[in-house]
Amino acid sequence: MDPIASLSRLWRDEHSRSVIIQILAVVLIFGLFAYLVRNAIVNLEAIGKGFSFGYLQEPASYDINQHLIEYTSRSTHFRAMLVGILNTLLVAVSGIALATVLGFSLGVLRLSKNLLANRLAHIYIDYVRNVPVLLHILLVYGIIVNTLPVPREAQSLGDIAFLTNRGLFLPKPIFEPLFLVILGLFAAGIVFTIWFRRYAADIQRKTGEHYPVFWISLGAVLGIPVISYFLIGGPITFEIPALTGFNFSGGMVIRPEFTALWIALSLYTAAFIAEIVRAGIISVNYGQTEASLALGINHGRTLNLVVIPQALRVIVPPLTSQYLNLAKNSSLAIAIGYMDIVATIGGITLNQTGREMECMIIVLLLYLSLSLLISFAMNIYNKRIRLVER
Amino acid sequence: MFDSVLKLKTTYSKEVLGMRVTKFLVIIAVLFSFTVMADAGTLEDVKTRGKLNCIVSSGLAGFASPDEKGNWQGFDVDFCRAVAAAVLGSGDKVKFVPTTNKTRFTQLNAGEGDILFRNTTETLSRDADLKLTFLPVNYYDGQGFLIRKSLGVTSATQLAGASVCIQTGTTTELNLADYFRANKMKYEPVNTETNEESIVAYESKRCDVYTTDASALASTRAALKKPSDHVILPEIISKEPLGGAVRHGDDRWADIGKWVVNALIIAEEMGITQKNVKELAKKSGNNPGMNRFLGTEGSMGEMLGLDKKWAVNAISAVGNYGEIFERHLGPKTPLALERGLNASWKAGGILYAAPIR
Ligand SMILES: N[C@@H](CCC(=O)N[C@@H](CS)C(=O)NCC(=O)O)C(=O)O
Repeated sequence: MDPIASLSRLWRDEHSRSVIIQILAVVLIFGLFAYLVRNAIVNLEAIGKGFSFGYLQEPASYDINQHLIEYTSRSTHFRAMLVGILNTLLVAVSGIALATVLGFSLGVLRLSKNLLANRLAHIYIDYVRNVPVLLHILLVYGIIVNTLPVPREAQSLGDIAFLTNRGLFLPKPIFEPLFLVILGLFAAGIVFTIWFRRYAADIQRKTGEHYPVFWISLGAVLGIPVISYFLIGGPITFEIPALTGFNFSGGMVIRPEFTALWIALSLYTAAFIAEIVRAGIISVNYGQTEASLALGINHGRTLNLVVIPQALRVIVPPLTSQYLNLAKNSSLAIAIGYMDIVATIGGITLNQTGREMECMIIVLLLYLSLSLLISFAMNIYNKRIRLVER
Repeated sequence: MFDSVLKLKTTYSKEVLGMRVTKFLVIIAVLFSFTVMADAGTLEDVKTRGKLNCIVSSGLAGFASPDEKGNWQGFDVDFCRAVAAAVLGSGDKVKFVPTTNKTRFTQLNAGEGDILFRNTTETLSRDADLKLTFLPVNYYDGQGFLIRKSLGVTSATQLAGASVCIQTGTTTELNLADYFRANKMKYEPVNTETNEESIVAYESKRCDVYTTDASALASTRAALKKPSDHVILPEIISKEPLGGAVRHGDDRWADIGKWVVNALIIAEEMGITQKNVKELAKKSGNNPGMNRFLGTEGSMGEMLGLDKKWAVNAISAVGNYGEIFERHLGPKTPLALERGLNASWKAGGILYAAPIR
């Protein structure tokens, strides 16, 4: 066939035209991108800076106050990056957990018939949502650092924990070998619970008989391990922090930078989640609740079995983007010196080595992976709670 | 062959494409800072622009900070003005680019400034790896510690376990790590971005000690609520030769920076001051060295690609090194710093500039 004719035919067809335009767009974008990368590399070479990741193996030479893994100033930049990643993950995961709990509670309060609770939740949400998150972070940090006592005047909590403006010093658990037994029992409890829930659901479907699944699971997962812990004589000892000179030593510490970031991000995101939850619950037609109650199902189970499963379908997609926001907002850590990805590899390492391009690429990829990971997990969850057509 | 395209299913939905575009834009923004890099002819750039872009600190009283009227003042600022005067004829033709410790070199290398005077220590890695060309040292400094008197500490060796405020992206944080390691002491670094943030952290007692260049500590101490409650410990744990810097690869421009700094130092040696320089430059006298300096003899300015009166203009704008020091750092200022090492070699210091000849 005549190629010109076939080309114009392709162009006239709406579907293929859109494919062509998209391919062209992708090619253009990649082209532009490649051009810029090339340009940057050439320019960097012009001032004698090559493009290489070799510096990651050099000693970092700086200290990091919060490191979840072994780290000293003699560790490599690569390890400093790992420390930063873990710090980001720590604050992102704990932030998501707290924001979810707070957000769901606030969302339910917003729907409460109790006028006071309802109003208070409303005021809180409106205030928090309309002030930038950076200000929340600085505010919480300022409060912690300026109102809590210095270590020498620490607020003692039963002489095992100490509250100061340098952080909350807690006893550090030291695990003895026997503790493995407890861990084993705990794992067994989880496996049992998974099996038991299926079994109980099966029985209920067949006979209508109803087991107290929650209590039995709780006993298996927590009850048995806790009782055995005391039976074998408590195989954990605690290292109590003690004041030595300027600071407490021993034990473990939750630093004010972490606390401020964690609390502020959680409070902020919770306000958004609350609105999402409220919208989700309202979206379930009240007739459903009435129908369920009419069938003699009590309030709690109506909420659990009828309202929430349907509300979740509305809640989860926007919830995912709130989680993503929280994870990305955690980069504001830099404002108070919390040593996250941006502060370590994207900050000190970048500055001391002068490897701007390489470091920024690493930082971008790390945030991208974190976001994709969250989206991925939430998508799996979303699929599971999706309306199953029967 | 094209027909097969027809059957191709769209693999990129609009949404996916949109997401990719945003991601690329972010990366592109980063890359752009490198692609708009200025070329080698900094002198020509500055002349056509009619303004010198000078990288200074974001605010350190005595070195670089804006006064009530918004005019930049300070030791580093005057070096910027001197260069502007030598190149453009007026010390006011400067645009100050305030930077944090962390961004200063990136901004210089990305062409956002022509020259940098920013409490910056000359080191091998900054020279060879970060690609800076350093100008002659204009302040010999060292790293010290500032601490509350009430803590009863008299020596840095008693600092084990302390929380220490530092600024990121400095030689300070590296020296600190080395010093505590070498002395087998533990400490908690408390990182901040700027001097101002460090002061806030220090005042709220988030940290026990604040460490940075001793000159900056003097400036910081003077700005505290009650300076006499704080002491600077006797130990100086590092060498911090502070100097200006330019990008690698433009020797002509580096020469200009270098000789302006030298000229300020030499002017003090020769007794040329802001007051008398105009008068002296009116006609050539009996001192050939002075004549060369003042441009009444020879063609020193032309060799640098500048006006004959380059040095005269610089001195008219800001005075000689001694005058700059007295104005911003000396005993009559809140910083109350002694000349010390920074006295001329003729007066017991180590300030020693190569001759203009
Ligand atoms: N000389 C060291 C330290 C520089 C430094 O920390 N400068 C501080 C002195 S406190 C500064 O200029 N701060 C002003 C600001 O934060 O903008 C270096 O070059 O790395």
